[in-house]
Amino acid sequence: MTVFAFYLFAICVIAGGLFTVISRNPVHSVLWLILAFLSSAGLFVMLGAEFVAMLLIIVYVGAVAVLFLFVVMMLDVDFAELKAEMAKYLPLALLIGLVILMQFVMAFGAWESNAAAEGLRTQVIDPDVQNTAALGLILYDDYFLLFQLSGLILLVAMIGAIVLTLRHRVDVKRQDVVAQMMRDPAKAMELKDVKPGQGL
Amino acid sequence: MADFFTQTGLGIGLLMVGQVLLIMLPLLLCLAFLMYADRKIWAAVQMRRGPNVVGIFGLMQSFADLLKYVVKEVVIPAGADRAVFLLAPMVSLVMALIAWAVIPFNEGWVLSDINVAILYVFAISSLEVYGVIMGGWASNSKYPFLGSLRSAAQMISYEVSIGLIIIGVIISTGSMNFTGIVNAQDGPGGILHWYFLPHFPMLILFFISALAETNRPPFDLPEAESELVAGYQVEYSSTPFLLFMIGELVAVVLMCALVSLLFLGGWLSPVPFLPDGFLWMFIKMLFVFFCFSMVKAITPRYRYDQLMRLGWKVFLPFSLFWVVFTAFAAKFEWFWGIYARWPM
Repeated sequence: MTVFAFYLFAICVIAGGLFTVISRNPVHSVLWLILAFLSSAGLFVMLGAEFVAMLLIIVYVGAVAVLFLFVVMMLDVDFAELKAEMAKYLPLALLIGLVILMQFVMAFGAWESNAAAEGLRTQVIDPDVQNTAALGLILYDDYFLLFQLSGLILLVAMIGAIVLTLRHRVDVKRQDVVAQMMRDPAKAMELKDVKPGQGL
Repeated sequence: MADFFTQTGLGIGLLMVGQVLLIMLPLLLCLAFLMYADRKIWAAVQMRRGPNVVGIFGLMQSFADLLKYVVKEVVIPAGADRAVFLLAPMVSLVMALIAWAVIPFNEGWVLSDINVAILYVFAISSLEVYGVIMGGWASNSKYPFLGSLRSAAQMISYEVSIGLIIIGVIISTGSMNFTGIVNAQDGPGGILHWYFLPHFPMLILFFISALAETNRPPFDLPEAESELVAGYQVEYSSTPFLLFMIGELVAVVLMCALVSLLFLGGWLSPVPFLPDGFLWMFIKMLFVFFCFSMVKAITPRYRYDQLMRLGWKVFLPFSLFWVVFTAFAAKFEWFWGIYARWPM
């Protein structure tokens, strides 16, 4: 059962990644990417890291991929043209891919790890502690300052993005929400008794 | 015989299918009557009769509708992306149904009792938006596309506040398991121990966010018929449309179950001398569903900018403040420790 599930998820990840690259329609690409994300979340669950799996789904599939899909759906790009240009860059792309592949092969070929280190990396947490709690203990106790620092960096990035896009235009009529909510029929309407033949 | 179901691969598989059916069939059957109840309540508020022809009091109306939808012809627009067009309603229904795998109906009555159950439900409900986006895009038409864009923005916005509200409850409980959350609300005082008292503002916020998350009125902007005809559902007909409709309603019932579990004590009895049980859970879900229907009947539709303002500028800061408040109240045991229900 477990083996079957593993191969199902593994094949889905690989197929998802492959079709992300080769499918002609960009929206289909994003959908395949989502399949790859979901399947890798399944693999995380099988490793016993259910918290990471759920975060992967919530953050990547639930938020990031939705925005991808948003942008891709609204882009008006002629993909036949792009594909035609692809042939021009294919040799260069192949060369870069080959270099990266060689680097990986050489790195893994030269990989030697100490037998003692192998034993250390297997079990770092108490098996009785849930991995959510274990992750929380490590993040908020041992690496508290680093965690705060990463939060601060994200805050700076967010403020930077807001500052870059913020602009005050003076010629636009803005709506004042408080003023809208404070309106009542007595103030919004004025009833006038118009006499026949006189007008206002 | 028992060995066959616990030892062999085929037996375990059959057992799982059986359990899934045991949850799904009663759920879908209830759904047929909930759909009828929804229409009846709506009709009663507007002083109409509602469905009253098929069966006694019109009770069989939903089944007649089912038959009607299924025997109609599936129309696929010429410019549509066929695969995605047909995939969208299925995604919508499947995402709504698989979230029920972790919902307990009684002590131990749960298909999969996982540690991160509430995160799982949150993750799955964040995936429901894909059915809508895919449907709107694949229809290759303007109204569906606008509807799906609205829906995506709306669901992402309200998910944020739902997530923060859930975090408050998790802080109070110290567990992400639904059984743990419900048991933390148990106590000699019955109804006084449920989370709706300490987390009262969050109950209201969660209810409203749930309305927005499931595209129910007054937040049904994605299918606003006065502006977008029917939003992402315009091009759908027959069974695919039915799947969308069922998926939407299952999501609503799921939100009812979540409100019952998180704030209303799940299967716990409100008074100490009555036994706990499935019936209480059922009654609470029906009560929340009734509230959903009443909101549909008595509120006018929001404007889109109002919806976004409410989500980002009102709900998000308030629920964020509440998380901080709950964290302090739980840590320092303010208010006689009602915010800290950790199993010590």
